[in-house]
Amino acid sequence: MKGKAADYLVLDPSSGTYHENPEQVVRDDVEKHYWLHVGRTIVKDWRLYVMLIPTLLVFLFWRYLPMYELLGSFKVSDEIKPVSQQLFAGFSYFKTLLVGGSGLSTDFWRAMRNTFLLSFYGLCFGFPMPIILALFFNEVRSNIARSVYQVLTYLPKFMSTVVMTSLVTMLVKQGSLTSGMGILSQFLSNIGLISKDVAQGGLLNNPNFFRGIYQISGIWESAGYDSIVFFAAIIAISPTSYEAAQIDGANKMAQMRYVVLPSILSTIVIMLITRIGSLLNIGYEKVLLLYNTNTYVTADVVSTFAQRYGLQGAAKGIASAAEMMNNVIGMLLVIGANTIARKATDVSLY
Amino acid sequence: MKRKLEISELIFKVISYTLLTVFALGCLYPFVYAISASMSGRHAVEYGEVVLFPKDVQFNAFRQMFNDNMFWNAYSNTLFLTIYGTIWALGVAILGAYALSKKRLLFRKFFNFYLVFTMWFAAGLVPQYLNYLATKSVFNSIGIMDDKWLVVIAMGMAAMNIILLRNAFENVPSEIEEAAIVDGATEFQVLSKVFIPMSKSTIATVTLFFAISRWNGYFWARQMISNQNEHPLQVFIRLRLEQYTDPEFMAGWNEVFASDSVIYALIVCSIVPILIIYPFIQKYFAKGTNAGGVKE
Repeated sequence: MKGKAADYLVLDPSSGTYHENPEQVVRDDVEKHYWLHVGRTIVKDWRLYVMLIPTLLVFLFWRYLPMYELLGSFKVSDEIKPVSQQLFAGFSYFKTLLVGGSGLSTDFWRAMRNTFLLSFYGLCFGFPMPIILALFFNEVRSNIARSVYQVLTYLPKFMSTVVMTSLVTMLVKQGSLTSGMGILSQFLSNIGLISKDVAQGGLLNNPNFFRGIYQISGIWESAGYDSIVFFAAIIAISPTSYEAAQIDGANKMAQMRYVVLPSILSTIVIMLITRIGSLLNIGYEKVLLLYNTNTYVTADVVSTFAQRYGLQGAAKGIASAAEMMNNVIGMLLVIGANTIARKATDVSLY
Repeated sequence: MKRKLEISELIFKVISYTLLTVFALGCLYPFVYAISASMSGRHAVEYGEVVLFPKDVQFNAFRQMFNDNMFWNAYSNTLFLTIYGTIWALGVAILGAYALSKKRLLFRKFFNFYLVFTMWFAAGLVPQYLNYLATKSVFNSIGIMDDKWLVVIAMGMAAMNIILLRNAFENVPSEIEEAAIVDGATEFQVLSKVFIPMSKSTIATVTLFFAISRWNGYFWARQMISNQNEHPLQVFIRLRLEQYTDPEFMAGWNEVFASDSVIYALIVCSIVPILIIYPFIQKYFAKGTNAGGVKE
């Protein structure tokens, strides 16, 4: 669109004559020759664009090219031919997975259910723990004592998943002829929480215990570290708020209810929304390292399903179709959660 | 006048201290047990006589491990992956974040979306696996036969870290940048002399994130590194665990120390270096969680 006539001519106050407005000419030029303008800007600022290239390439090669491989979930799997030359299979893999009847679809639905349940239980049990811990940290008045508590509870976060799962495996391992069971199983059976036979068989071989072990080890690993963000919100509360509440006669519970909770509510909401958004994005490593053939019933999640069929087995098309469905739903959840967070709190997570 | 402690306050305090102590000790106990079990005698470990303190102290499990070349190999491989992987990822991320932090960058919105989308949607294990295989054959064809370099270059980039850096760079006052440009600084000098020194703490945090993900990396390292001598520590620990918890292997075990002690010794040795540097990095580690609220 062209500008108004007045934009083109400007009055030169010293000579009293009109002359062409150079800025508008440039503006016009940009509109008429957009790509020329783009080219000029890039040439002028070429260093900036060169700096961006490595990032763009890394993400192109190892984040976006894999998405091209997703085509494989619509094509007949072939070990030799690249995905572009494989024959189209349409939606047959999706149909096999979704529609009942085959063992594959039973396994897939079980994996979907387990994925959801592991996250959901994490939301119910794992999510409140850091908040409770942060409230407790706030009660410890001595700085030294609090640091000791904090260091001890952050500690497990410093283990890698492999070390953490190795430790868990050893603590609840099965007993054999030559050696006893893990120390934790021993303790649990001594206090009567589980029977001796169950403990002897190894808790990780028992599908009834997988979810419990997964959640408890999750709390052990990250409750302390996750409490940092809530504790930061609590110590940001001004002491005058407590004093005002005390003068009004609020006891401890009332202070919790009317001072602390409202102050950390926005943090809780953001964290909760993020958590709900990632309900289906469960880390595969931990499950992969803790599960075994005996516990597929409760432990197998979609990514481990894909790993088993696609990487160990040869059903690459089926496996990537399964994970794609999971990831698409997961993405919608994340975007939805982010939109809600933005509306509710002005803070966008990404 | 000191206010009297109310009864409800007192109860809450007692509960807090009790539960905190229980939880903190619960967090600590597995480590203490691992240390004790790694240095106890065979009978004591196998029959659950070690509960808190070591019994029949001996260090044969550690001796066996330190004499194992594979262990040192694994350690040096992990150091290799961590050091080179962090340098590579950090270099790419700093350059990219700097460019993205500039308002004058054309198509800035598109580039941001290009990164953020990868946080929303991942192709999944199988496509990624096929992609890494393709990368591997390309690397081999240009003469890089070492799978370690594949892991260094192809894995471990995270969009979140770039965005953290970008936000830090955006917070650098533009007057300082303009002053540097007036003084004749080139783009690269502006980055290295102004932006990097002014965002030191974020860079430290991001470096830590990269280093931790490299140090802990397991799955892809195991999938993609075919040569056993190139396995990093995490893969080594896992393979040992699988081997040592195999009933047949355990039945044939005839050392003076328990086979479990070897696993515990491995766990202890993998945690100790982290505990040593923990006091120095704790500050940055804690800072990272507060970076959650990111604006676009």
